[in-house]
Amino acid sequence: MADLTAVQPPLARTRWLGPELAVVVAGVTAALLFPDDLGFITRINILAIFTLSLALVIGQAGIATLGQAAMFGAGSYSAALWAIHITPEPLSGVLIGALVGASVAAASGVLMLRTRGLTLLMLSVAVAQVLLETANKAGSVTGGDDGLADIPVSPILGVFAFDFRGQVGFGYTLAALVLVYFCLRRVVASPFGLTCRGIRADQVRMRAVGAPVFRHLLSVYTLGGAVAGIAGALSAQTTQVVGLNSLGFELSAEGLVMLTIGGVGHLAGALLGVPAFMIIRHVAASINPYHWLLVIGLLLIVTILFLPQGLYGLPEKGRAMVRRRPK
Amino acid sequence: MTLFASIMIDGIAYAMILFMIAVGLSIALGLMHVVNMAHGAFAMLGGFTAVLLMQRAGWRYEFAVPVAVLLTALASVPVERYLISRVYRRPELDQALLTIGVAFVAIALVNLWLGASFVSIAPPPWLSGPVDLGFRSFPRHRLAVILLGFVVSAALWIFIERSRFGVRLRAAVDNAGIAQTVGINTARLYSAAFAIGAGLAALGGIAGAELLPMEANYPVKYLVLFLAVVAVGGQGTLFGTFLAAILLGVIDTAAKYLLPDIASISFYLTMLVVLALRPQGLFGRKEAA
Repeated sequence: MADLTAVQPPLARTRWLGPELAVVVAGVTAALLFPDDLGFITRINILAIFTLSLALVIGQAGIATLGQAAMFGAGSYSAALWAIHITPEPLSGVLIGALVGASVAAASGVLMLRTRGLTLLMLSVAVAQVLLETANKAGSVTGGDDGLADIPVSPILGVFAFDFRGQVGFGYTLAALVLVYFCLRRVVASPFGLTCRGIRADQVRMRAVGAPVFRHLLSVYTLGGAVAGIAGALSAQTTQVVGLNSLGFELSAEGLVMLTIGGVGHLAGALLGVPAFMIIRHVAASINPYHWLLVIGLLLIVTILFLPQGLYGLPEKGRAMVRRRPK
Repeated sequence: MTLFASIMIDGIAYAMILFMIAVGLSIALGLMHVVNMAHGAFAMLGGFTAVLLMQRAGWRYEFAVPVAVLLTALASVPVERYLISRVYRRPELDQALLTIGVAFVAIALVNLWLGASFVSIAPPPWLSGPVDLGFRSFPRHRLAVILLGFVVSAALWIFIERSRFGVRLRAAVDNAGIAQTVGINTARLYSAAFAIGAGLAALGGIAGAELLPMEANYPVKYLVLFLAVVAVGGQGTLFGTFLAAILLGVIDTAAKYLLPDIASISFYLTMLVVLALRPQGLFGRKEAA
């Protein structure tokens, strides 16, 4: 029952910066090939960070959540309010987003993480919905239904001003993505990451060998909240608007779908799933929004039934099939 | 007093609908340990089948509804057999994602076929119009829904407590392995329980179309509602699901009457409080280990 496939990356392998480099190359190539779609690519970068937070929380620690948007939205709103009321300096805004995201995760985690299964799933949904409704009602602060628009952003480090074509926004989010990926890969490879995977595989046994299960879950959930908060802050800064949809159920579910398509057990799954999902949606939705739902539904069914490791597991699966054939 | 009665009648009618739809979900969770995010699709399927039978085939309401319920139950059998049963032993996240995929496909198909607009299921004259209860008149349909809900709950309870099927069902909920060992065909049992749940969802969907209007997006739009009832009640307990439906239905309705500003929050807050205090739900058994 316990799936131990993900119990590998040894610490030594993380000294190699290949995966980070691959992200940079892929991002820059995409930007060079489609210079008119930088906004779209920036969105992919941001959602990749968000989905990385899910890959950490769900893929590593096995915390089944459908409420990750709570932290994304909290980061988004707090970065926007920080920019409007305190300073438009973007890096401090990202820091605030991360802090608020982490705080929301820590506070809700205390409530959620002692439960499992459906209860955990429903608690995560409830937390996000309560935040959403609160933001909706607190119109004087959050703008309610209209959200916050025209969020001021000053040049990054005082040098790179956000431009109309979105080149700076693209570079800024790509840098953030690579940095987050770099850090999370080290977390995953650390003993802490290994313990988290152990908890995912079998909570009871981990408790029996003396691992502080709840504390680990709370730490990893808080870290995931910080990462989601960063993604939210970046979204607020690059689009200069924040709306209620940043806290919505749809975002949480989409993140989960993207991660599933890419491969749940690996951080790289998030990086593969997000562009795949976004591109398929872009193409399918331009034909008919309901075709898109059909495509995504079938994609989910096929992935769960035949590709439990997602796109990430595709090469392995192909190799296994080739190997089997000669016999 | 009038206000109180209004809240109770509307709230309990709402609760009966929630119960009829959610009970199949609760059985699936208790019996097969599967989180079925596609459950709302069966309510929608029932609703649309009834509408089609009435509008295109010109059937009377009294015939269309039971046939729609039956057809939905039949349609659920291959879905369980060939799709959902494949993830019974997988982590709940896989189950949730597979079944939400099924729900997406159902939404897309209904949409391609019938469009995105709302459809109404018009009850026959003897079920519509107001009925005077002395202090206020209430919609007759709403009172009928309450009656139907109580009849269905009682019938289901007797069925599970007294019938051979019920005995097997309870045995499999308690311990599927041993139930199998003593010769109970659990695979067939699962199919049957799933079909009953789907049929009840169809009935609830049709009866509740006034409160939860039928549209292509139905399965996802009200998903959280149905899941909340199951989580609050405790999975796999009939009584728990019933009480949770009453609790959430009445609180939600009361909030809409008394505090319309925070009505949507109150539903989630209730769920949050109950689950924080009792993670296994009101009447759920404590999980082993």
